[in-house]
Amino acid sequence: MRRLMMTAAVAALAIAATSLSASAAEKLKVGFIYLGPIGDLGWTYRHEVGRQEMVKALGDKVETTYLENVNEGPDSERSIEQLARTGHQLIFTTSFGYMDPTVKVAKRFPKIKFEHATGFKRAPNLSTYSGRFYEGRYIQGVIAGKMSKKGVLGYIGSFPIPEVISGINATILGAQSVNPNIKVKIIWVNTFFDPGKEADAAKALADQGVDIIMQHTDSPAAIQVAAQRGILAFGQDSDMIKFGPKTQLTSIIDNWGPYYIQEAKAVLDGTWKAGDTWEGLKQKMVVMAPYTNMPDDVKALAEKTEAAIADGTLHPFKCPVLGQDGKPVECKGGTHLDDGQILSMNFYVKGIDDKMPGK
Amino acid sequence: MQLVLEKRTERSVLIAVASPLVAIVLTLVTMSILVAILGKNPITALNVYFIEPLTDPYTLGEIIVKATPLVMIAIGLSLCYLANVWNIGAEGQFIMGAVCGSYLAVVTNGTDAGPWVLPAMLVMGTLGGIIWALIPALCRVRFGANEILTSLMLVYVADLVMDYLVRGPWRDPKGMNFPTTASFDPVATIPTLFDGSRVHAGSIIALIVVILATVMLGRTIKGFEIRVVGAAPRAARFAGFRSDRLVLFTFAISGGLAGLAGIIEVAGPVGVLQPGISPGYGFTAIIVAFLGRLNPVGILIAGLFLALTFIGGEGAQISMKIPLDLTKVFQGILLFYVLACDSMILHRIRLIATPKKAVQGTVDGTA
Amino acid sequence: MGLLEAIILSVIAASTPLLLAAAGELVVERSGVLNLGVEGMMIMGAACGFAGAYLTGSTFIGALCGIAAGAALSVVFAVLTLGLAVNQVAAGLALTILGVGLSGLIGAGFVGQRIVPAPHLFIPVLTDLPLVGHILFGQDGFVYFSIVLVVAIAWFMYRTRAGLILRAIGDNHTSAHALGYPVLKIRWLAVLFGGGCAGLGGAYLPLAYTPFFIPGMTAGRGWIALALVVFSSWRPGRLVAGAYLFGAVSILQLHAQALGLGIPSQLMTSLPYLATVIVLVLISRTRGAAGSVAPASLGTVFVPDR
Repeated sequence: MRRLMMTAAVAALAIAATSLSASAAEKLKVGFIYLGPIGDLGWTYRHEVGRQEMVKALGDKVETTYLENVNEGPDSERSIEQLARTGHQLIFTTSFGYMDPTVKVAKRFPKIKFEHATGFKRAPNLSTYSGRFYEGRYIQGVIAGKMSKKGVLGYIGSFPIPEVISGINATILGAQSVNPNIKVKIIWVNTFFDPGKEADAAKALADQGVDIIMQHTDSPAAIQVAAQRGILAFGQDSDMIKFGPKTQLTSIIDNWGPYYIQEAKAVLDGTWKAGDTWEGLKQKMVVMAPYTNMPDDVKALAEKTEAAIADGTLHPFKCPVLGQDGKPVECKGGTHLDDGQILSMNFYVKGIDDKMPGK
Repeated sequence: MQLVLEKRTERSVLIAVASPLVAIVLTLVTMSILVAILGKNPITALNVYFIEPLTDPYTLGEIIVKATPLVMIAIGLSLCYLANVWNIGAEGQFIMGAVCGSYLAVVTNGTDAGPWVLPAMLVMGTLGGIIWALIPALCRVRFGANEILTSLMLVYVADLVMDYLVRGPWRDPKGMNFPTTASFDPVATIPTLFDGSRVHAGSIIALIVVILATVMLGRTIKGFEIRVVGAAPRAARFAGFRSDRLVLFTFAISGGLAGLAGIIEVAGPVGVLQPGISPGYGFTAIIVAFLGRLNPVGILIAGLFLALTFIGGEGAQISMKIPLDLTKVFQGILLFYVLACDSMILHRIRLIATPKKAVQGTVDGTA
Repeated sequence: MGLLEAIILSVIAASTPLLLAAAGELVVERSGVLNLGVEGMMIMGAACGFAGAYLTGSTFIGALCGIAAGAALSVVFAVLTLGLAVNQVAAGLALTILGVGLSGLIGAGFVGQRIVPAPHLFIPVLTDLPLVGHILFGQDGFVYFSIVLVVAIAWFMYRTRAGLILRAIGDNHTSAHALGYPVLKIRWLAVLFGGGCAGLGGAYLPLAYTPFFIPGMTAGRGWIALALVVFSSWRPGRLVAGAYLFGAVSILQLHAQALGLGIPSQLMTSLPYLATVIVLVLISRTRGAAGSVAPASLGTVFVPDR
């Protein structure tokens, strides 16, 4: 009950705070469009944390609004436009499916700055931004390759989009760097919001003999299953150590706060420019949770890998990258695959014995 | 002393007029209390919820955009429900309509195909909805399989069929392998009616559907048949009406309308085929159908009303930072009030003094 | 533990929330009331169940909170449909909207919290028996209760006078009323019972399945439960079969994916839905078109004449 009262109090305070702040003049109104509920513990939750960090850092210079659970179909264009029409000067749309609606609204409101996460269409008042999550995946692969006794990893995917595919590939390449014979079993759950199904998938993988579970789904369900089965797992989007103190090896943390603060400041200073931001470990848009439940040598190797990726001496997709047929993939980036190849990745690398979805 | 509900001998005209007003007053009072507890101004909240969306041309247009698919689907569903046919899979028929119609948009994308594309897409979309709806209809007619289950389960299947197509064969070749088709060409897009608004020609189609349904139900043998089969199946059999054919007919009509709504939505406001094209229209339309008392004009009003609650709720989230969940609670409460007040048109509550037991006793004794 | 045993355990866990919610709805529908708000009652059960368990540290109290929450929401439905003769389909769907919203508000403060999952039975020797040990003697309380519940419902409906009356009311409320049976009172009890079961089914998710709460975690299971009642032809025995069929196909398709067979995952994911449809068609077919035994008064409003 105390907790409930606290929640109510916090909610009341938050509302009181926003209404108070509304009275002050010339503050920047920043809007956010979220795909899921803010309490999804995953993707949307991390954007919400980023928003809160921005509010904390910029205080009464900004006023923020968010719309959660915004459908990616017909509703999103209206939701974005509603924010544009109500005086929001900077609008973040935080899921790939908002791309075309964001482009359309941005065209109609040339003075308002738009930022679309994970997309590729830009305009003079529309930036794109995303994290190089594959960098973290490579480190996880290295750890998994070292830690797996059976040499079989389990991977739970949400939907086969390029970001997830590049994550799987980076994981395998990382694992192969320490164990060339590593195998992976992949299950697609075709949902982002069903913890029960994620748990089912984790159980199926564990039952089929994998001893490390990696996931590209939102909830801590897979970690909990791994904990029950006494095997190891990685978190996703945020640090999930709480749900598996003896299970989580590390987790890729989406760290949007610094970027949101930077962009809001740029608008306040009048220096905002449209562009494409794709940052990783170096700029701390992707952060690794503490390396836990592993021996010191593995931890040291993980830290070394992280440092090498951050300072640019190691690229997870360094050429040659071999496709499933064993032939090297065209190397457009000189020494490694270029960003376009990674952003639109739709092939599996050698060593994955599964069929690439959609092919 | 106890409160009992009883049928009115006549439809109360007074209540029929007063009912919506009473519902609104009750909602206003409840909402005011809830909003006041949150420390916000109730008057502002009511203004944001119900007045602002109706006074701004943009939001007014958005209400129409949102209501268009709801009304179209609900009209079809109302025919089913009047005939006692339980199609609750309109969501799947909507999606399959969108998929089948989009096929033409995808194959003609980037070619110099003429203005025939859009009409052909609408036909294909309608057919897609019909075919998807005929599966549960045939399962019932041929095998006696209950259509509630089959139509509902096919919603999930339709969703996955679309998912497969946009992630595989129909994926936009220039779309960085993301799950979406290419943006539809202008010849495959429903024109909008006004500048600066998303209101599109589909809304006119929806109005035509309302008119046609009114005529069909009121003036044709088919409409009569639907009513009779629904209200008195035995009498209908004696009258020579074939209930099997009616199952197929109502499913086909409702599937066709849902499919048409689906392709209109994709070729109109959305402009591409991608996952998430329906925010649950097929299910919301069931509420619209019953809120409109299974009457075409009633459905039109109910659809616009429900759309208003969505748009108003969004406005409340933006300008008053009222959480989404709270706007859902409001929506639920509002629907309850409207339904309850509506029921008072046919029923009334009376306070009676007779203990019910005594009445029962005599019935028991004689039975 | 062998693979087969492990799969069966997963199937049982996946089927139990469906079975709990569907069993309650079966009784509701047998009384002639169609409450489409199962999803709303389940998610309320999940939110309040988790809240209860988190605050008290007791799975049992959490389960009771889930039951109470589901039943409380069903009171709203009963007042509207039984007290005020409101259309049941519309009221049920509105109930789902309300339940989703309320559960989000209640659950917001508990997101990110963790509880100890429901304990599993352990009997020395018996639980360690090969193959059947964990399946028969190593489940959590919800699983045993779900089976007891279905058996009790079957016994009640077919072996007691009250059950006979309930079925009579569902098949023809006008005649039942004329015979002096308290139609509305029995329906009230049935709706409350159904709400409690749905709440318990929802509570199973955060209390035993995935011990944390996130909004919307029932993810459409309420709708599946509704479909399973239809699948069962309103008979408890077939309800168990239906729930376990759905659960089994859901789990097996995941295993098939993990084997790397290369079949599109969308096809695999749609298998549980397709399987249910196909099996229903096959069963219905053997019994002919007259085999469907939906309660005749299902979904219709009853206002007694005086």
